[in-house]
This record gives sequence, structure tokens and C-alpha cells, in this order.
Amino acid sequence: MKKTRVATVWLDGCSGCHMSFLDMDERILEIAPKIELVYSPLVDNKEFPEDVDVTIVEGAVSSEEDLHKIQKIRARTKILVALGDCAVTSNVPGMRNPFDTQAVLARAYLENAQENQHVPTDVIPPLLKRVRPINEVVKVDVFVPGCPPSADAIFFVVSELLEGRLPDLSERVKFG
Amino acid sequence: MMLEALRKIAEEHRAAHPPTAKTLKVCVAAGCVSCQSDQVKKALEAAAKKGGADSPIIVKGVGCLGLCAQGPLVISEPGATLYRQVKPEDAAELAAATKHEPVKRLVAPANQVFYSRQQRIVTENFDRIDPEKIEDYIAADGYLALLTTLTTRSPAQTIDELIKSGLRGRGGGGYPTGLKWSTVAKASGSEKYIICNADEGDPGAFMDRSVLESDPHRILEGMALAGYAVGAQRGYIYVRAEYPIAVKRLKLAISQAEKMKLLGPSIGGSSFQFTIEVRLGAGAFVCGEETALIASIEGKRGTPRPRPPFPAESGLWGKPTLINNVETFANIATILRNGGDWYAGFGTEKSRGTKVFALAGRINNTGLIEVPMGITLREIIYDIGGGIPGGRRFKAVQTGGPSGGCIPEQFLDMPVEYESLAKVGSIMGSGGMIVMDETSCMVDVAKFFMEFCKSESCGKCVPCRVGTAQMYDLLCKISEGRATLDDLALLEDLCDTVKHTSLCGLGQTAPNPVLSTLRFFRHEYLAHIEEQRCPAGVCKMCIPQEIHR
Amino acid sequence: MSTPSRVITLTLDDREVGAHTDQTILEVARENGIVIPTLCHLEGLLPIGACRICLVEVVGSNKLLPACATKVTDGMRVITQSERLTRYRRRVVEFLFASGNHICAVCVSNHHCELQDMAVYTGMSHLTEPYRYPKLRVDASHERFVQDDNRCILCQRCVRVCAEIEGAHTWDVMGRGIEARVITDLNQPWGESDTCTSCSKCVQVCPTGALSIKGMAAAEMKKRKHFLAQYWTLKEEES
Repeated sequence: MKKTRVATVWLDGCSGCHMSFLDMDERILEIAPKIELVYSPLVDNKEFPEDVDVTIVEGAVSSEEDLHKIQKIRARTKILVALGDCAVTSNVPGMRNPFDTQAVLARAYLENAQENQHVPTDVIPPLLKRVRPINEVVKVDVFVPGCPPSADAIFFVVSELLEGRLPDLSERVKFG
Repeated sequence: MMLEALRKIAEEHRAAHPPTAKTLKVCVAAGCVSCQSDQVKKALEAAAKKGGADSPIIVKGVGCLGLCAQGPLVISEPGATLYRQVKPEDAAELAAATKHEPVKRLVAPANQVFYSRQQRIVTENFDRIDPEKIEDYIAADGYLALLTTLTTRSPAQTIDELIKSGLRGRGGGGYPTGLKWSTVAKASGSEKYIICNADEGDPGAFMDRSVLESDPHRILEGMALAGYAVGAQRGYIYVRAEYPIAVKRLKLAISQAEKMKLLGPSIGGSSFQFTIEVRLGAGAFVCGEETALIASIEGKRGTPRPRPPFPAESGLWGKPTLINNVETFANIATILRNGGDWYAGFGTEKSRGTKVFALAGRINNTGLIEVPMGITLREIIYDIGGGIPGGRRFKAVQTGGPSGGCIPEQFLDMPVEYESLAKVGSIMGSGGMIVMDETSCMVDVAKFFMEFCKSESCGKCVPCRVGTAQMYDLLCKISEGRATLDDLALLEDLCDTVKHTSLCGLGQTAPNPVLSTLRFFRHEYLAHIEEQRCPAGVCKMCIPQEIHR
Repeated sequence: MSTPSRVITLTLDDREVGAHTDQTILEVARENGIVIPTLCHLEGLLPIGACRICLVEVVGSNKLLPACATKVTDGMRVITQSERLTRYRRRVVEFLFASGNHICAVCVSNHHCELQDMAVYTGMSHLTEPYRYPKLRVDASHERFVQDDNRCILCQRCVRVCAEIEGAHTWDVMGRGIEARVITDLNQPWGESDTCTSCSKCVQVCPTGALSIKGMAAAEMKKRKHFLAQYWTLKEEES
């Protein structure tokens, strides 16, 4: 049987959703044989591959890098899953949204820095004016809110997708 | 005052002012006052004085003369010559002209068709009486209906007459007035109230203001008759503070009527007593909604509450309350004077009588008109209104203000009635009529009205508070060429929710300008979305790279 | 002045039930175990019909009516659940999430929040409309309480409990439309209010984390609303 090509992506988030994914514990062994993990913070692959069946995205869209990445991912993915409150609602990263980006950078790099006070201009990608949940930027197929979503919810989603079904989460909505 | 005394005043006043007397009538309603008709009046008075006692000229202030954009307006009698854009320095010339030929360069060109196609009931006194003189109103049969009704009709008969007239609420809803009155009359409790809703707030609308400024006693008489018919002894006029001339004339009219005992205890020698108080609104559009208006009169924050219970059952201070709009009350005295059958002879089967409209926008004759129901939009726009300036092409006419819709060219021959306007996605509304031509962008129009609703939402219920803001943002996105077809679908979804779930009429009708422009001008929305192009050349497109930054 | 209550029958979702004419649709539904979701409504406070979550269909009426504020009438036929109502209720919840800054993960009321519950109830897995991200005020000037407008849904429970039960009328609404906010006194800081008795009733009835007790960490703020029922029981006993 052909394995499902799965990718996981970490945009602006705390990686807690990936941790929750790992909290599936031994159930991972159940799904591992059915998937081929083609891209993930957990594996060493620099370029997002073509023809991905399922991409699970943690985190909000905060920077120009995030924006380019998610657009490329969407173009190369059949089913896009927004995992966790950051991806679904922009959550904590979005807390900067009522403020101007310059004010946010100044607070982080100037006011709160004790040494070497300057706003970095290279290496760090420029911030977008507003942090966005993924579905405000590209089309999302499955939403799994929660901070983080429970391992059970993630297992349910992945199992359903591997069975070729779009998971119905209306009975399992959970924010925070 | 007894009926006999009233008749005597009327006769004496008429004898002193025969129609043959040389008279210069100056419009003293807000439109003309704003271009200094008060100065014109002073200059005419001085010029008349100079003319000497051998050929006296009467100079008097009168109500709105209709062609508001041409002010200051002056009518010269006899002959009813209408002068426009009169300046104080023209006074001597006009006074001298009463003896011979009119001053050609000042004669308004449009006056024939503009006036001949109209039918005046509500505005019957506008060019006849000085709004600050109760004797003028009495001489025009004012208060005759009140004193006659008190002695010859029972309250029930009064309501029957109104039902016979077929009059429907002129505030916009079109609810049968007689039915409303009889509901309040039947409501239990001895304490009841009459409220006149003069919180006119639609952009471009000035019907009620003109009535209040031109013929304030007509409202007082209508309210007193309502009080008699439903069993109320107290009335309130809720008028916006932005109408200072209307407020001043209403207060003056009340004190004059009280002095002549046409308001107060035992009116016309009967046991009926009625007093009226003016309450000022602070300019919140939502206070035109009856429950918000009541809250505001009670001294609370002007926000609506769910209905039922309706004010007819539980209104001001929890008592049965009759609320009618200015124009509705303005019809009452004439109907009761001439009879319900007479009134029902005007208009169409379901929409009887006349309607006052404030004609504005891309139209030659901007101003105030009164037309029989059933007249076509084409007659209003092209005959009375004189068509579109600059030879440009008509695109749509907006009726009903922020609660109404835009009607396209294919319906111009449709008769103006409550039902027909509703059928094409608009409403009769209170009478605002804004004409648009090919240089108007319908997305921009929808955006304008949504911005209005968004800032006038009271914020009490969720759909109106948030929905209008979200819809406004989406309309901005569309007008700037940043939107997708998904955004358009979302806009339509929000329209549906806000329309069906908002607490009061403001929210329930806020989507109407969007829905009606989408219905008839969807192609304009699509041009903005799919081609980043504004067909009318109004909207400025944004640069796509800047969307996320 | 009102006519005395009569016993009538009406239909709630095809079930015929008995009721009194002074009862609301919501009261009769709850008596009969029919769930109608509510948000601004709180038993013991006067209903205002503001949130529109409890809208129901009434056969013969062309408008949806708020169950909390609509009295029952004889022969009334009420539909409390339909595809259309579900859709509208979910949209209202979306409106509330979009118009504030509801960051559940860091909120004192996380897992004890009526807005969060309503998202679950309506199956709202995400927003289909853009977030507004307004810049809103946090007032921590009161010695014991915090007001966070980011989490406020304008249900006006605080306004009502303060005026109707405590009798202080410290809270009221300022501004219009999307700019509307609840304020203390004439918009002075809560800590400087002349009328606030620091009774905490407003905090306890607040459905979200907008009003909370100072010093709470995320998910620690549990509201206790039972005092309202006790208050009315005592009142009844007194009379």
C-alpha cells in the first residue's frame, strides 16, 4: 500500500502542538507504518517537497517568511490542517496585533534589552503588519483548535485522514 | 377657544390679507435661511416701506417653497411669480416690480412643471402662511378640524374617519395609521401618551424638518386630535437638536396655541385637555426607532428594546403610547376637515394620499416635493425633478435612506407605492430620494450607507454592532480592489445574518443598500473584484503588494 | 397595571406544554428541559435581548424573537432548533470572537468561560470572517478587581447586576456601535469610582474573563453566580 506523504510545519507558535502530537505516545507506532514523513521540524529536510498529501501546520502567519512558506505549502499540499489555536485564531502571537510593528520591535529589542540595543534588520524576517490565522491567508481544509489540541484529538484527525476521510471535529471543539 | 371665536379670527385675518394685496413672500425655512433669506426679507421690508402708503406691499415670511437649491426664494403676489437666488440688493427692484412686469433675470425657470405635477396636502400651507403666526394658520382653516371634531365626532368616529382615509405611517413602515390609533385607544389604562417622532436622520432627507419649520401648528393640531381619539392628555415631540429653527418654531407655536386655549385644559369648551412638550434628541440616528426614542425621552441611553411588547401596549413609562412620524401627524387635520373619503381619493388602492419627498443628488431641481401616491419615478425625476444635470445618464434612485435600496432604470415607470418599492428591494421610507447617474459607483454608495449604519449603530445587539463594522470593512476591501469572490460570499452571508438577527430596524435594514446594489449592479462589484476596476471611476484601487504589510 | 397571569398551552418543538402568560419562552423551555442557548441573559436579571443567541422561530412571525425577552402567548408555536438558527447562532459567536481579543490560552477564565462554551455548543471550529484586533483598555486601578475590555462581549450583565441588585449603578455603556464600552461612573478609573461598593457582583456574573479578581493566573478564575438565586429566594421569603 502506498504510504501517505505527511509534512508538519512550525510557523509562529511555541511548538506545544508538536509536543502534543508526540503525546500520542505508543499510538504513533500505530500510524507510523502508514505515513512517510516528508518534511517536519523533526526531520532534516530544508526544502518543502512537492506532492504532499497532508500538511499539519502549527503556528500563526507572522512574518514574510511565514507568508511565503504557507503559500508554497498550500500549492504543494492536498489537505492542509491548521493545528492549534495559533494556526486557527492567531492566539498569543496575535496579541501584538493591536500595536504597531515598530512599537513591538522597540519594546522587544530596545526598551527591554539591557545590552546591545538595536532592532535587527537582517537574518530575522520582516514582520507582517498583522499576525494572521492561516485561513486568512490560504485555504485550510481541517481546523483543530486548542492550546494545545489534545493528543486524542490529533490522533483522531490523523487516523481519519489516513482513512481518507475529512475528520468532523464539530463535537470536539476546544479553544485554550 | 370656542369654534365661533376661531371662525371669527379666521375671517378677520383673511379680510385683512386679501389675495389681491401686493405681497412678497420670502421662504424662511432652513434651506433659504442658510443662504441668508432673513437678510433678503429685511431688505424687502425696507424697500416696501420706502414705496409709501399709497401702494402698500406686504412682506411676509413663509414656509419652504420647494426649490431648495435655488434659494433664497421669493414669491410675488398676485401672479405667483417665483424668484430664485434673490440677494438683499435685489429688494428695491422686486418691490418696484410688484407694480409692473416681473424681474426677468430672477424668475425661476423650472417653476411651472415643478409645481403643476405636485399634489399638496401636507404642504398645502407652505407658500401661504407665516410659520410664526398662529393667525395665519387659523386663517388657512387651522384648528378647525380640532374644534369641530371635539364637538361633532366621538373618539371612535374620529378613528373611523382615519381608517376610511387609508392613511399609512409616513415614517417608513407604512403601518395603517387608523389601526395603530385604534390599538392604542383600546389599550387598558387611563394614562396614555402621544409622541411625534421628529428625529429625522436619513442622509439627504429634510421632509420633516421642512414641515416643522413651515407649518408647526399642523403638527400640534394632528397630535391633539390623536390625543382625543386615543384618550391621551399629554404629547411629546421628539425633535433633533440639529434642527434649531424647527425647535424654535415648535416652542413658539405651542405657546401661541396655549395662549389661545387651543392646547391645555378644556379645549374648545369640551372636557378634553391636551398639552405638548418638546424633547430634544442629541442626534443619534437610532433614536428614530420608537423604543430607543422612548428610552431617550425617559432620560435613559437611547437604545432599542425587543418588541413585543409594542409601545401601543407598553410605551413611554410603561403606558400605552401612540408614536407617529411628523408627516403622518401633518395629514390628520386635513383628513378630518375634508373627510376620509376625500383623502382616499388620492393615490392608489393600497397607498392612499400623497407623499412628501426630499429630492436630492444628481438632479436639476433639488428640493422638497409632495406628490400623489402612484406617480411614477420617471415623472418625479424627469418632470418634477427636471432630469439629470449635464446630460449624463441616469443610473439609480435611492429611496428610504440607509434602510432602503437603489432602484435601477428598468423600474422607472413603476408607480411609487409601499408595496411596489418593497418588491424591487427598496422601501418607501420617510421620503429621502437620492438620484445617481453614471458617475456614481454603486459599491461606493453601499459603502457610504454602511459607514453611516456602522457609526449610528447603538452597539447593544451583537449582529448590528459587529456585523455593520465587518460589512463596512469588506466593502472597503472590495472598493479598493483587494477582495476575492470569497469575500463577496462572506459579505452576502453577513447581510443575511444581520438582517434577520438584529434587535431593531436599524440593524435589520442596514444590509439593504448592499443587497439592492448587489441585486441590480452585481457587475460593478465583480469589476472591482475580478478586474480591480471601478467602472464609474470613483474608487481608488490599492497596490496589491501592500496587502499584508 | 398588567393583566393577571393565565394558564395557556403552546408548542415548543412539536411538544405541547403548559405555561403562564407572564413567563418567557426561555423560562417555559427550561421548565420543560428544552435547551435554548443564552449568553447575555442571566436568571435573576432583567432580560435585554442583546446577544441574539437565544433567538427562536415563532410560527406566524416574520421576525426571529429572543426567547429571553418574549412572553409566551396562547397557541404559540415555537421552534428552538433549526439549521437556520444554528447558523445564525454560530455567526453571532463568530462576531464576538472577531470583535474582541479573546486569547483563551492566557485568559483567567479559560475553561470557565461562557463564550468559550458557546463556541463549543455552536461547533465553531474557526472564524470564517476576519478578526478585528481592536486596541482596547485594561483597567487595573481597582484594589481587588481587573477590567479587561479585550475580553468584554457587552452583555451588560455587570451593568444590570450593579443597578438592579446592588443598587449602585456604577457600570454603564459609553460610545456607539463597535466603539461601545462598559465604563465605571463617568468613565473614570474603576479604582477611583465614587459609587462602586467593591461587592464583586459584576465580577461574578461576567460570562468571560473581562471582569476578574486580581492575581489570578490563566484558567484560575471561576465565577460564582449562585448568589443571584439566593438573593431572589430571600426576597420572596421577605415578602
